Amino acid sequence: MSNIIHILFLKDNEVIALFGIAVFFFAVVAFREAIKNDRLQKQGKWPPEEQSGKDKVLTWPFLVRKEFLVAIFVTAGLLVWGVLRNAPLEEFADPNITPNPSKAPWYFLGLQEMLVYFDPWIAGVLFPLLIIVGLMAIPYIDINPKGSGYYTIRERKFAVSVFSFGFLFLWVILIVVGVFFRGTGWLWYWPWQEWDPHAIVAETNYDFTQFLGIDSRSVSGSITGGSVVTLYYLLGMVIPYVIMKARNSNNLQKLGLIRYITVSFLFWSMIGLPIKMFLRLIFQMKYIWVTPWFNI
Amino acid sequence: MDKEKDEKIKRYVTSSQIWKSIFRRKHDDTKRSRVLAVVGNFFLHLHPVSLSRHALALKYTWCMGGITFFLFLFLTVTGVYLMFYYHPSIGEAYWDIKDLHYSVPFGKILRNIHRWGGHLMVITVMVHMYRVFMTGSYKAPREFNWLIGVGLLVLTLLLSFTGYLLTWDQLGMWAITVGTNMAGATPLLGHEGPFGEQLGMTAHNDVRFALLGGSSVGANALLRAYVWHCIAIPLFVALLIGVHLWRVRKDGFSGSL
Repeated sequence: MSNIIHILFLKDNEVIALFGIAVFFFAVVAFREAIKNDRLQKQGKWPPEEQSGKDKVLTWPFLVRKEFLVAIFVTAGLLVWGVLRNAPLEEFADPNITPNPSKAPWYFLGLQEMLVYFDPWIAGVLFPLLIIVGLMAIPYIDINPKGSGYYTIRERKFAVSVFSFGFLFLWVILIVVGVFFRGTGWLWYWPWQEWDPHAIVAETNYDFTQFLGIDSRSVSGSITGGSVVTLYYLLGMVIPYVIMKARNSNNLQKLGLIRYITVSFLFWSMIGLPIKMFLRLIFQMKYIWVTPWFNI
Repeated sequence: MDKEKDEKIKRYVTSSQIWKSIFRRKHDDTKRSRVLAVVGNFFLHLHPVSLSRHALALKYTWCMGGITFFLFLFLTVTGVYLMFYYHPSIGEAYWDIKDLHYSVPFGKILRNIHRWGGHLMVITVMVHMYRVFMTGSYKAPREFNWLIGVGLLVLTLLLSFTGYLLTWDQLGMWAITVGTNMAGATPLLGHEGPFGEQLGMTAHNDVRFALLGGSSVGANALLRAYVWHCIAIPLFVALLIGVHLWRVRKDGFSGSL
C-alpha cells in the first residue's frame, strides 16, 4: 500500500489520477443526461419548452458573468495547487544514465503501452495518425442528423458506444495502466508491489503461423499471415455489408460505399488493438504477419 | 455638500472628450447598453449578443472549452514571465530552473502554476472534445469547426510535449527521447521504420533528425523545443482559436433544437 501512495505523488502522476477521475466523472454526467433526455423523449415531452431555442438570454451579463467566475475559480485553484505541490525537477539531464523505466509524457503513455503489443511504427506512428484522421473524419462519416445539440444514446447508439469505448477504455485506461501499473523494465506491477529493477520475466512468444506449424519467417508463413490480416479487414467489411443489404438497411443506403468502407476500416483498426492485446496476453502471440520489412 | 461635489466631478469626467473617446456606451441596465456591451467591445465581440438559456447550463457545456481557452491565456502570461528568467542552452537551462526555485521571488509558484496549468489544459481539451461528441455538436453546419478542434487538440499535446524538454532534467530529456524515438520508426521517413532503410534513411537524415536537429536529444533539440514551445506553436494555436471561436459564434452556440 505504501507503494501506491509513493507512485501517486511521483513526478506528474497526481495529474493523471485527476485526469482519470475527471474523465469518468464527466462520462457519468453525459450518460445520465442522455438517459434523462431519452426518457423525456419517450414520454413525448421533447424538446423541452425552455430548450426550443426561443428562450434567449443576453450574453452580457449572463454569460460573461459566468465566464469571469470560472476564470477566477480556475486561477484560484491553480494558485492553491501551485503553493501546495511542487512541479517535478529531477537531476541534470544525462544521456549516459537511462532511467528505468523511461516513460514518455503521460498523455502519450497509451501509445507507449501499445508498444507491448505492436511494433513502434504502428504504435507510435500509424495509430496516432489513424486516431487524428479518424477524429477528423467523424462529422463526415456520421450522417445521422439526429442528436445534434443534446445528450442522447437512443438516437446514436453506434456512434456513442464506439467513441466512448475508444476514448474511455482504449485511450484513458491504457494511459492509467502505463502510469500506475508499469514499473521497471515496463513489467506489470500491482500498486501494492514494490518495483524490482532486477526482475526479469522470461516470455516465449509465438507468431501466429507457428501455431499452424508454418515457419513465420518463410515465404509461405508470410503469405499466410498476410492473408489473415487481409481477410480480417475484408470479412469485417463484407459480412456487415451483406447483412445490412439483406435487411434493406436505410443507413447503408444513406452512407454510400465510400463512407461505409471508411467507417469499417477505422472501426476494425480500432478493434484490432484489443484483439491483439487479447492474443498477446492469453496466447503469447507476437506477430500475425511477418515480412522482411515490417511485422504486424 | 460633498455628494453634490462628487456628482459634479463625475459628470465633468464622463462628459469629457477623453472619456467619451474611450468608453462609447452608457453603463446602465437598459437592454440597449447590454447589447452594446458585447457588440462594441473588442474582447467580448466574439460572443453572440444573446444565446439560448440552456446553452448556459454548466451541466450541458461543463465549461470545458472556455476553461481551455482561459488556460491558454493564463499559460501565455505565466510563460512570458518565465521567459525572462530562462536561457535555452544546455549549460544554463537547468540552473535557471533552480534559480526560479530558490532565488527568484515567487519563482517556484510561477513555475508550478505554469506546469499544472499546462497539464490541466491537456485534460480540459480532451474532456471538451468528449462533451462536443456526446452532444453531437459537430454535426452540420459545424463539421469544419470539429476539424479545427482536432487540430487544436493535437497542437495542445505538442505544446505540452515541447515544454517537457525545457527543464533539461532527466525527466524531460528521457520523456522526449522516448517520444521522438517513435518518429524514427515512421514508415518510409524514419531509419527504423518499414522501408526506411531501402529509401536511404539513416539516423542523420530522417524525420527524427529533423525534429531534434541532431541524432540524439542535445543542444539543438533544446533550442528547437524552445522555439516551437514559445513562439511557433502558440502562433498557430492563437490563429486556430480565433477561427474556432468565430465559427462558434457564426454557427450559433451549440444546441439547435
